[in-house]
Amino acid sequence: MTTLLCLLALSMASFFLFNARARAMAANTSARLHSLPSYHGAYVALRVALPSVAFLLIWSLCQQPIIDRLVMSGLPAEATTGMGRGALDLILSEIKTVADGRIFGEPSPTILAAAEQYKEWRQLGQYALFAGGLGIAIVALYLAHRKIAVEFRARQQVERIVNGLMIFCSLVAILTTLGIVFSLLFEAYRFFELVPWHEFFFGLNWEPQIPLRADQVAGLGAFGAIPVFTGTLLIAIVAILVAGPIGLFSAIYLVEYAAPKTRAVIKPTLEILSGIPTVVYGFFAVLVVAPAITAFGQHLGIEMAPNSALAAGLVMGIMIVPFISSLSDDAIRAVPQAMRDGAYALGATKAETIVSVLLPAALPGIVGGFLLAISRAIGETMIVVMAAGLIANLTANPFEAVTTVTVQIVTLLIGDTEFDSPKTLAAFALGLVLFAVTLCLNIIALRIVRKYREMYE
Amino acid sequence: MNSPAAPSQKPMSFFLTTAAINRVCRRKAADRRLRLYGLIAIGLAVAMLATLFVSLIMTGYPSFVQTHVTLDVYLNPADIKADNPETGNYRAVIKESLVTLFPEVKNPRQQRALQGLISNGAQYMLRDKVAANPSLIGQMVSLKVPATDMVDQFHKGVISRELPEDQRKISDQQIVWYDALAAAGRITTPFNWALFFNSDSRFPELAGLKGAIAGSFYALAVCFLISFPVGIAAAIYLEEFAARNKMTDFIEVNINNLAAIPSVVFGLLGLALFLQFMGLPRSAPLVGGIVLSLMTLPTIIIATRVALKAVPPSIREAALGLGASRQQVVFHHVLPLSLPGVMTGAIIGLARALGETAPLLLIGMNAFITSDPGGLMDPATALPTQIFIWADSPERGFAARTSAAILVLIGFLLLMNITAIFLRQKFERKW
Repeated sequence: MTTLLCLLALSMASFFLFNARARAMAANTSARLHSLPSYHGAYVALRVALPSVAFLLIWSLCQQPIIDRLVMSGLPAEATTGMGRGALDLILSEIKTVADGRIFGEPSPTILAAAEQYKEWRQLGQYALFAGGLGIAIVALYLAHRKIAVEFRARQQVERIVNGLMIFCSLVAILTTLGIVFSLLFEAYRFFELVPWHEFFFGLNWEPQIPLRADQVAGLGAFGAIPVFTGTLLIAIVAILVAGPIGLFSAIYLVEYAAPKTRAVIKPTLEILSGIPTVVYGFFAVLVVAPAITAFGQHLGIEMAPNSALAAGLVMGIMIVPFISSLSDDAIRAVPQAMRDGAYALGATKAETIVSVLLPAALPGIVGGFLLAISRAIGETMIVVMAAGLIANLTANPFEAVTTVTVQIVTLLIGDTEFDSPKTLAAFALGLVLFAVTLCLNIIALRIVRKYREMYE
Repeated sequence: MNSPAAPSQKPMSFFLTTAAINRVCRRKAADRRLRLYGLIAIGLAVAMLATLFVSLIMTGYPSFVQTHVTLDVYLNPADIKADNPETGNYRAVIKESLVTLFPEVKNPRQQRALQGLISNGAQYMLRDKVAANPSLIGQMVSLKVPATDMVDQFHKGVISRELPEDQRKISDQQIVWYDALAAAGRITTPFNWALFFNSDSRFPELAGLKGAIAGSFYALAVCFLISFPVGIAAAIYLEEFAARNKMTDFIEVNINNLAAIPSVVFGLLGLALFLQFMGLPRSAPLVGGIVLSLMTLPTIIIATRVALKAVPPSIREAALGLGASRQQVVFHHVLPLSLPGVMTGAIIGLARALGETAPLLLIGMNAFITSDPGGLMDPATALPTQIFIWADSPERGFAARTSAAILVLIGFLLLMNITAIFLRQKFERKW
C-alpha cells in the first residue's frame, strides 16, 4: 500500500517536473515544441507509473502462493510424507496462524520453525516489492527523461499508451469470462477425478453431506445431481407459469390499451420489482408468502411443506415479471404500425389484431424474453437459498420441498474453506453446469431477439 | 356482400341481422376480456409489490424504536475501583439497582429473572460511561438501558398478554415487574440509534448495522474505483476507436454475456481465483469489491456507450476540424458532454451491486463479526449479507431487525436511484 502511494507520488511529481521542464525548454529556444508541455509531463508520468504499478500488482498477487510453496517445501520430509492435500493445507494454515502471533495450544517445533521461516519470507517479499517497484520506476524515469526534447512527439506517444490502456480495459471482460471458465473447469475437473461423471449426471441420489456407505467415493456422500436439476427446473417452471401470463398480459395492456399517461406511471412501477434486491424477496417469501401458502393449502386439505417449491417459485415469478413484461413490450412495439393499420382496416377489433397479427409477429422477441427469464430464474440464488429446501427430492409435486443448483452451491461452500473434499468441489461442478446452461440460453435468446429485430428494421 | 335477398322482401342490411349483431357483441366482449386480463395482470403485480412493502414496513418499523428502562444506578466504590474503572463489577451494580427497585425480590432465582428484563449490554454501556468519566464513581446516576428482546417484543405488542404463560418467553412474574416499571414511568421507547451505531450482536436488542454499512461502503468504494475507470475506458475504446472486426465483436458478445451470468457464478470465481489461488483474506471487503466490480462492469460499459452515442457527430467533426487529435476530441469534448449519462449508468450499476448477496456469501462476507471493519482487509459483512444472517436467526427480535435492515437497504437504493434520476433530468441535454 505504501509502495503504491510512493509510486503514484513519484509519477505525479514527474508530471509536474517535466511539464515545467518542457515549458522552460519552449521559452529558452526559438523553436516551437512539437507537443504541448503537459503531454511531455504526462508521457514521463505514464512511463513511470505503468510498469512499476503493473509490477506491484503482479508481485502482490503471486507472492502468497509462491511463499506458501516455499514454506511447504522447506518442511522436513518426514513431516509431510504420505499426506493428502487437505492435511498439507491444514499444516499451512497452522503455520500462518502461528506466524500471525495467534498461538493455540502447543505447536510442534517444526511448525514453529516454519512459522519463523514464513515470517522471514513475507518480510523479504515486502522489501523486494518496495525495492523492485521503486527500481523499475527510477529506471523508467531515467529512460523517459532522455527522450524529452523540443522535437519529441510526446502527444503521439501518450496517445499510444492511452490507446493501449483502453484496449486492455476492454479486454477485462474477456479476461473475466476466461477466469470464470478456467476456475470452474479446473475445480470441476478435480471433482470428476474423485467422482465419476456419469454418477454426477445420471445419479438419482444427492446426499453430499452424509456418508452413506464406506465404499462410496471418499466415504463422503452421494453425488447424483439429477434431483437437484429437476428441483431447479420445477421452481423455474412455477416461476415462469406465474411471470409469463402476468408479464405478457401487462405488456399487451401497456402497449395497446393504456393511455400514454397511465403507461408512464405503471411501467416504472413494474420496473421497481426488478430493482428490489433478491435477498429482500427471499425474506418476503419466508415471512409472508410461504406461511400464507401453507395456510391456504391446509384450508384446502393439501399436505404442504413449509418451504415448498410453490412458495419459492411464486416469489421468483414476481421478481421476473418486469423482465418478461419489458422484453415483450419491446417486441410488440417493434411490430410496424402498418401491420396494425392493415388489421384495423380489415375491421379487426383490437383484441383480434393483437392475437392474430401482433403476437405472431412479435413471437420471436417474446420467446427470446421468456428464455432470458428462464435463465434468470435458474441462476437466481437468494430467493431459493432462503425459501426452498436443502434436501434433494426427486419429485414433480410443487407442494413438496425441493432444492436447486444454486442452493446447493451456497450451502456446500458456506463456512467451508477446505478445497479438496468432493463436497466443496461438487459446488464447482454444479457451477459449471449452471454457467453452461445459462450461457446457452442467453446466447440463443439474444440471437433470436437480434434476428427478429433485424427483420423489421 | 349483401345477400341476394328474395325479391318479395325488403333488402335488409347484412350487418343488422341478429346473428351479425351477436357476432359483433361477442368480438367486442373478447376485446374487453383481453383488456381486463391486462388490467388483472398489472393489478396482481402491483398488489404483490404493495404487499411486499406493507409487510416489510409493518414488521420493520417497530425496530426503529427500542424499549429502554430507566435505572437509578448507585456506582458503589466497593464494586468499581476509581483507579481501574474498566474492570469493575458492573453486573453487580446493575443488579443492585434493580433489586432496590423491587426490594421484595429476595430469592436468587427470582433475582435472575428480574435481571432478565435488562439487556446484557447494560453493564458494558455503564462501564463505557464510567470509564469516560471516572468522577461518577460513588454517585447516583440515572441510566437508560435497553430492555431485553422479550420485554421489547412484549412492550411493542408482538408477544400478546393473553397468551398462556407456557407459550411465551416472558413469565407472568416478569410481566408484573414490567407493569410496575411502566407505572413508574421507567419504560420509554426512544429512537433506536443502536440500529445504526452498533455492530452485530447475538442479542437482538443490541444488534446494529454499523459494521454492515461500513463493509458495504468499503466494498462499493473498491467496486467504483475499479469498474468506473475500466468501464469508461472500455466503452470509449469500443465506441470511438475500435475497428469493426471479429475481435471487437467477440468483446461485445462477451460483455453482453457477462451481464447475464448468474451472480453466484461470480462468487465461485472470487472463491477459486482470489481466495484460493491468490490467497487474499476471506470475508474482506476488498475481495467483495473486486467481485462486485466485475459484475458492474457490463452495466457501466453499456450505459457509457449509450451516452457516447447520444453526443451528435457535429461536435466531433467541429473539434477535428479545429485540429484536435481523435483522443483530444473524445477526452476534451465528447466525454465531458456525455458525463451525466455515464454517471447515471454508474450509479444504477452501483445500486445493483449494493443489493447483491450471493457472491458475497461465497467469499465469506456472512461471518458473525461484532466489530466494524477498520479497512479493506478486515473481515466484514455487507448490508445484504447482514440481512441474510439476521433472517436466519431464530430470535423473535431479529425478524423485526431484518425488516428494519431491509428498509435501510431500500432507503440507500432509493437515494442512489433518485440521485441518478436527478442527474439525468438536470444535466441531460437533448440535441
